[in-house]
Amino acid sequence: MKISTVNPQDKTALAQQRDLMQQRVAQSLAKRHAKEKRFKLTGQLAVGTALAFVAILFISIFSKGLPAFWQATLTLDIYFDPDIILIDEKPVQAAGESDATFQERYQAWQMDLAFINFNGLILNALAEVIPEAAAHPRDAMRLVTSGERIALRNLVEEDPSIIGSRKRLNLLADANVDVWIKGNIDRDLADSRQQLSARTRGWVDQLVEQGVIKNRFSTALFMNADSRSSLASAGLAGAFMGSLMMMLIVMFLAVPLGVASAIYLEEFAPKNKLTDLIEVNINNLAAVPSIVFGLLGASVFILWFKLPLSAPVVGGLVLSLMTLPTVIIATRSTLKAIPPSIRSAALGIGASKVQSVFHHVLPLAIPGILTGSILGIAQALGETAPLLLIGMSSFVASVPSSPFDQSTALPVQIYLWQGNELRNFFEARTSAAIIVLLTMMISLNALAIWLRRHFENRW
Amino acid sequence: MKTVKLSSERLGVSNKQPSGKIKMSARDVKVFYGESEALHGIDMDIYENEVIAFIGPSGCGKSTFLRCLNRMNDTIDVAKVTGQVLLDEQDIYDPSLDVVQLRARVGMVFQKPNPFPKSIYENIAYGPRLHGLVETRREMDEVVESSLRRAGLWEEVKDRLDAPGTGLSGGQQQRLCIARAIAVSPEVILMDEPCSALDPIATSIIEELIDELKGSYTLVIVTHNMQQAARVSDKTAFFHLGNLIELNKTDEIFTNPQDKKTEDYITGRFG
Repeated sequence: MKISTVNPQDKTALAQQRDLMQQRVAQSLAKRHAKEKRFKLTGQLAVGTALAFVAILFISIFSKGLPAFWQATLTLDIYFDPDIILIDEKPVQAAGESDATFQERYQAWQMDLAFINFNGLILNALAEVIPEAAAHPRDAMRLVTSGERIALRNLVEEDPSIIGSRKRLNLLADANVDVWIKGNIDRDLADSRQQLSARTRGWVDQLVEQGVIKNRFSTALFMNADSRSSLASAGLAGAFMGSLMMMLIVMFLAVPLGVASAIYLEEFAPKNKLTDLIEVNINNLAAVPSIVFGLLGASVFILWFKLPLSAPVVGGLVLSLMTLPTVIIATRSTLKAIPPSIRSAALGIGASKVQSVFHHVLPLAIPGILTGSILGIAQALGETAPLLLIGMSSFVASVPSSPFDQSTALPVQIYLWQGNELRNFFEARTSAAIIVLLTMMISLNALAIWLRRHFENRW
Repeated sequence: MKTVKLSSERLGVSNKQPSGKIKMSARDVKVFYGESEALHGIDMDIYENEVIAFIGPSGCGKSTFLRCLNRMNDTIDVAKVTGQVLLDEQDIYDPSLDVVQLRARVGMVFQKPNPFPKSIYENIAYGPRLHGLVETRREMDEVVESSLRRAGLWEEVKDRLDAPGTGLSGGQQQRLCIARAIAVSPEVILMDEPCSALDPIATSIIEELIDELKGSYTLVIVTHNMQQAARVSDKTAFFHLGNLIELNKTDEIFTNPQDKKTEDYITGRFG
């Protein structure tokens, strides 16, 4: 039956007609509901999949990285044997002595110290727990990572009165010992394919049983710079400081510059062809691949301004350039979202344009500006590509003390470690570095959220 | 199009205000938004301490003209104003005149209540502080109290001056905005459809308030509500398509309109 052909006078036909329409509505309703359900389900499925991937990422990183925060450590009684540490008294600057001559004497003393066989101290201590160690010094010295002799030397340099005393010290085990204990290498592999000799492996198991070797929380990971000679003592301190300095530069350069530009462009600049062009270009800059900023930094800051290679100052400048458009765009969109009625209210009462912006618009825009800036900084923190081009991917074994020192950065350190030859050890170390970086990112984002909430209360 | 241009002489004759002093006058005011002309040359005299209402259908230019009187059109990039607007015989579009000073003398209340997202106290105190009108905290307290009293809001908010102004009801917010405008002691207050976002009760309170303010300030009110114009104003100006069609005493306009268009509009035949 067709809907339009009913005679309006015919009551029964009209009733039938109504029933038919009701049926049709009911039918279409079922279809609509099914459609909505399908759409909802697809959405939930998409969210579920995304969450699953995030979960996989986190589980994989944390399961690999968390063990690296605890590192195989030997607890040994070190005897600072005066027969081995044969050295003069630590020089003290005499009254009337010039700095230069004192420095000379002190350096000579340091040189003497450097020639002392601190490995001998470690070997003696090892011989106390493993009697055969003395006979096989080569195998024994594979137990302790090579950097620890430097640690002993530093102890003596700091306080020579330690000579002649015994001290219980925690020494980092060699990276391969750590790998062996954690089972990161197949224990059934033939000797020729093992990193440690059969004798050393036997000793490791023995020392673990004796409780001499234990997994202790690895302060080296946080306190040391990168190392290639003593892999077990490789740490993130250098990269962390490098990243920190760069972030400070970004914070104090890109954020004020970006916010100021955005305020000017949004609130004060005349709207003409020139400002349109500037706006288009800022938007384009935000989309420029970050590696291009690296090239720019290399040619402008390093070749032209003669700033040092691998220095956080250059990294900070490059990352500032990269973050500027993000900050400008975020700030402008925040300013745009402030209701114009607030501006009218201020102007209507006799505030000047500048006063209306600084007294009313800006305070309201602060949460948005902060969020945008922090997200920009977080983005810069994770950026790797431009840093590779300004030499920050080089191996730096010291913690930078100024932005002009050579340094690397956290993401670059991750890149360097994942390429290390001793995969068994560095896979976990790399994941640990990723955890540190992610923690910083999440903290920054949490700060952004907190700041937004905090300032939004003022509305 | 046939329009009736009212000469200033005629307006002057029809005015029987006690003071009879012209507060503001406009001569051949035209406003262009880009290429299009929104106002086609308005001539008007506004007398001291009178309440004048602007009525007319949407888009007739009444708000645009109102915004010429304190140069709020300056804030619109594409808007261009020509002609002359005098405040106490001083050209307000003279480059030597500071727009900040002008807006302190010619206050404005907007269509949608727009208190600052700050405390009630700060909302009122902002203007006087901005213009350096008071020196001590006590003076400020007095200004805040008297402004709120004049706006009839004091009794309702005196215990919560630190509460945010945005937390008040719509009608209270609008009275807060009026109090904010009063706080800088303007000579003229422009009101751009001050009741259009309010319910009838809040509207009647604002209308009473306008009645209270009558005599102390020169009030210019744009309204869509003809009853409101009839209730509160001394004079009414009817705008249509960017022209001032008729300006006369409110009683005259509503009982004996001179122009056919005015009659059609107030009897509800269009608009």
